[in-house]
Amino acid sequence: MEDLRLTERLVGTDEVKIQARGVNVYYGESHAIKDVDVDILDKTVTAFIGPSGCGKSTFLRCLNRMNDTIDNCRVTGSIRLDGQDIYDRSVDPVQLRAQVGMVFQKPNPFPKSIYDNVAYGPRIHGLARSKADLDEIVEKSLRRAALWNEAKDRLDQPGTGLSGGQQQRLCIARAIATSPEVLLMDEPCSALDPIATAQVEELIDELRANFSVVIVTHSMQQAARVSQRTAFFHLGNLVEYGETGQVFTNPRDPRTESYITGRIG
Amino acid sequence: MTLFAFALLFAATVAAYMLNRAAAASLARRGERLHSLATFHGGFAALVVLLPVFLVILLWLLFQGPVISALVMGGLPEGVLDGLGKGEVSLIAAEIQSIAAGQVFGTPEPWKLEAAERLVRLRATSGTLLVVTVAALSVVLLFLARRTVAPEFRARHGVERMVLGILVFCSTVAIFTTVGIVLSLIYESWQFFRLVPITEFLFGTNWEPQIPIRADQIAGAGAFGWLPVILGTVVITVIALAVSVPIGLFSAIYLNEFASRRMRAVVKPVLEILAGVPTVVYGFFAVLTVAPALRAAGAEFGIPISPNTALAAGSVMAIMLIPFISSFTDDALAAVPRALRDGSLALGATRGETMLKVLFPAAIPGIVGGILLAVSRAIGETMIVVMAAGLIATMTINPLDSVTTVTVQIVTLLIGDTSFDNPKTLAAFALGMMLFIVTLGINILALRIVRKYRELYD
Ligand SMILES: Nc1ncnc2c1ncn2[C@@H]1O[C@H](COP(=O)(O)OP(=O)(O)O)[C@@H](O)[C@H]1O
Ligand SMILES: [Mg+2]
Repeated sequence: MEDLRLTERLVGTDEVKIQARGVNVYYGESHAIKDVDVDILDKTVTAFIGPSGCGKSTFLRCLNRMNDTIDNCRVTGSIRLDGQDIYDRSVDPVQLRAQVGMVFQKPNPFPKSIYDNVAYGPRIHGLARSKADLDEIVEKSLRRAALWNEAKDRLDQPGTGLSGGQQQRLCIARAIATSPEVLLMDEPCSALDPIATAQVEELIDELRANFSVVIVTHSMQQAARVSQRTAFFHLGNLVEYGETGQVFTNPRDPRTESYITGRIG
Repeated sequence: MTLFAFALLFAATVAAYMLNRAAAASLARRGERLHSLATFHGGFAALVVLLPVFLVILLWLLFQGPVISALVMGGLPEGVLDGLGKGEVSLIAAEIQSIAAGQVFGTPEPWKLEAAERLVRLRATSGTLLVVTVAALSVVLLFLARRTVAPEFRARHGVERMVLGILVFCSTVAIFTTVGIVLSLIYESWQFFRLVPITEFLFGTNWEPQIPIRADQIAGAGAFGWLPVILGTVVITVIALAVSVPIGLFSAIYLNEFASRRMRAVVKPVLEILAGVPTVVYGFFAVLTVAPALRAAGAEFGIPISPNTALAAGSVMAIMLIPFISSFTDDALAAVPRALRDGSLALGATRGETMLKVLFPAAIPGIVGGILLAVSRAIGETMIVVMAAGLIATMTINPLDSVTTVTVQIVTLLIGDTSFDNPKTLAAFALGMMLFIVTLGINILALRIVRKYRELYD
C-alpha cells in the first residue's frame, strides 16, 4: 500500500529548475523570509503550505521578482533559474516574468475581451508572427486551461463577464500563453467553489507535463492531492521540504506534524 | 438688545433641559418605569424652547429693517417726496440711515434729522419688544414642556423627530436656494424674450448690446444674437482643454505610476496649491505676462497680435485646469484595482505597457468624467477671460483674435446702468440662463459617466 503511493507520486524528472540558496526577504525592518534554501524540480508540482502570514506568498513572489514592485521590499541570497541567477544585474525582470508566469489568489482578468486577455502576453512579447499564429496560441492556451469549450463562442466578450472559476481558468490560460517554464500559483482556488476547484486541480495536474508548477495553498488536502513535493513554512522559515507523501504521513519536524494535525495554524 | 435676546434664549434652553431632566429623574427615583431616559426628557424640552424662539428671533431680525424703514418714510412731512423717482427716494432713505448712525454730512434739512431721530427711537422700541417677546414665549414654552414629563411620554422619539427635522432642513437649504436662483433666472430671461425674440437671440450672429439711454440719443437699436459670444466661449474652452488635457493626463500618469515616493510627496501638494490660486491672480498672469509674451513672439514673425487674445486667456485657463484634470485622472488611475496592475506586470509587461494597455483604458471613464467637469469649469470661468480675452464680439475662430465670452458679456452688461427694464441688462440673464443649461447638461453627463465607472469596480 505504502509502496503504491510512492510510485504514484514519482516526480517527472529529478532535474532542478529553480535553486534558492540563503534567501532572506525584508519588508522595511521586518524580516519576512529567513534563510530559505529550496530546490524546485522541473515538471513537478511543488506545494507551499503553512499558517497564514508565514511568508508563502512572499517567497513565491521572489521567484518571478514581483517583490520588485513592492516599495520597501528587499531580497538577498541567490535564486537560480536553470543555473542563471535571476537577481543578477544582467537579468531583465520583465523578461524573467515571461518565463515564470503567475496566477493570483483572486481572479484578475483585464477588462478586455477573452481573446485580448489571452493574447495580451503573446502580443507584448511578440510571440505571434501573424493573426493566425495568435489565434492558434489563444486557442491552445484556452484548451490547456480547459476553457476552450465554454469560451470559443464568446471570445469577443469581456473576460470579466465569466464566472469566478472560468475567470481563474482564463487567468491560467493568460499565464500559459506566454509559454513560461515555471508557473507560480498563489492560492488559485481560494476564491472558487468546490466544482471550480476540482477543475483547476485537474488542470494543474495536466500542466505538470509541460511546466514546473509551484502552488501556494491553504488546504492541506489540496496540497496532498495535487503536489509531488511539499514545503512547509513557519514564521518565515522553511521548516520541512520533501516528497509530499512523506511530509504528510511521516513528517520529520514536530512543527510540521502539529500543523498537519491541526495544532498550529 | 439682539445679543440680550440670544442670551435669554440660551438661558431658557438650558433651564428647560435642567428642569425636565430633574423632573424625569425624580420620577425615576420614585420607582416609575420611564419610557425615555431623563436626558431625553431634558433634550426634548430644550429643543421645544430653542427651535420656535430661535425662529421668532430670526424672522424679527429679517423684517425689522424694512418695517422700520417703511414707518419712517411713511411719517415724512407731506410733500417732500413728491415728484421723486424710485432711485431718489432710496437715496433719501439711505441718507436718513446714515444720519441715524451718526454720520452727518453738510447740513441736512430739519425733517431729515427728525426722521433720523424717529428711526433711532423705533429701533430701540423694536429691540425692547423683541426681548419681551422672547422672554414671554420662552416662559410659555418652558411651562408647556414641563407638563410633558410623564413616565410613558416618548421623549426620545420626540427628540429624534426634531433632530431629523433639523437635518432635513439643512440638506434642503442648498436645493431651495438653487431653485430660487433658477426661478429668478427664468423670470428675468422671460422678461428679456418679451423684448427680443428668442429666435433672434439664439440664431443671431451679431452681438451689439448698445441701447439709447435717453430718448433723443442717436444709437443703434442693439443686436442680441448670442452666437459670436458662445463661439468665443467655445474657442477659449477648446484652447484651454487642448493645453490642459495632455499636460494634466501626463502629469497624473507620471505621478501615479512612475514618480518616486519623494517626487510624489512634493508634486502632488504643489498641484493642489495651484488649484487654490484665486482666478483673478491667473488673470494678472495672463494680462501681464502671457499676453505681452505672445505679442513679442508675434512681432518676431511679423504677425500683429492684439493685446487681448483668445490664446492668452485660453492658455492661462489651461494652467488653472491642469491640477483639476490631473487630480481626477490620478484618482481614476488609483481606483483601478492593484490586482490588474500586478496581473499585467506578472505577464512580463513593462510599467509603460501596463499603463498604456491596462490601467489607462480601465480608467478612461473616470478621466472623461473629470474632463467634462473641467469643460464646465472652463465655460463658467469669468475672471481670467474678463481680464485677458477682450470685449468685442467677433465671429471668429482665430485664437490670435480678441474674442469675448458669455461670462464676460454678463459682467459688462451689468456694470453701470442697472435698471432691470431694458434689453441690455436683461440680456445678461438670458446669457446666464443659456450658460446654466449648457453646464448643467455637461455636469449631468459627467456625473453619469463617473457613476457608471464606479459601479464597474465596487
Ligand atoms: N507588502 C508588504 N509590506 C509589508 N509587509 C508585508 C507585505 N506583504 C507581506 N508582508 C508581511 O510579510 C509576512 C509574510 O506575508 P505573506 O507572504 O503574505 O504570508 P502568507 O502568504 O504565507 O500568508 C507577513 O507578516 C506580512 O505581514
Ligand atoms: Mg498569501
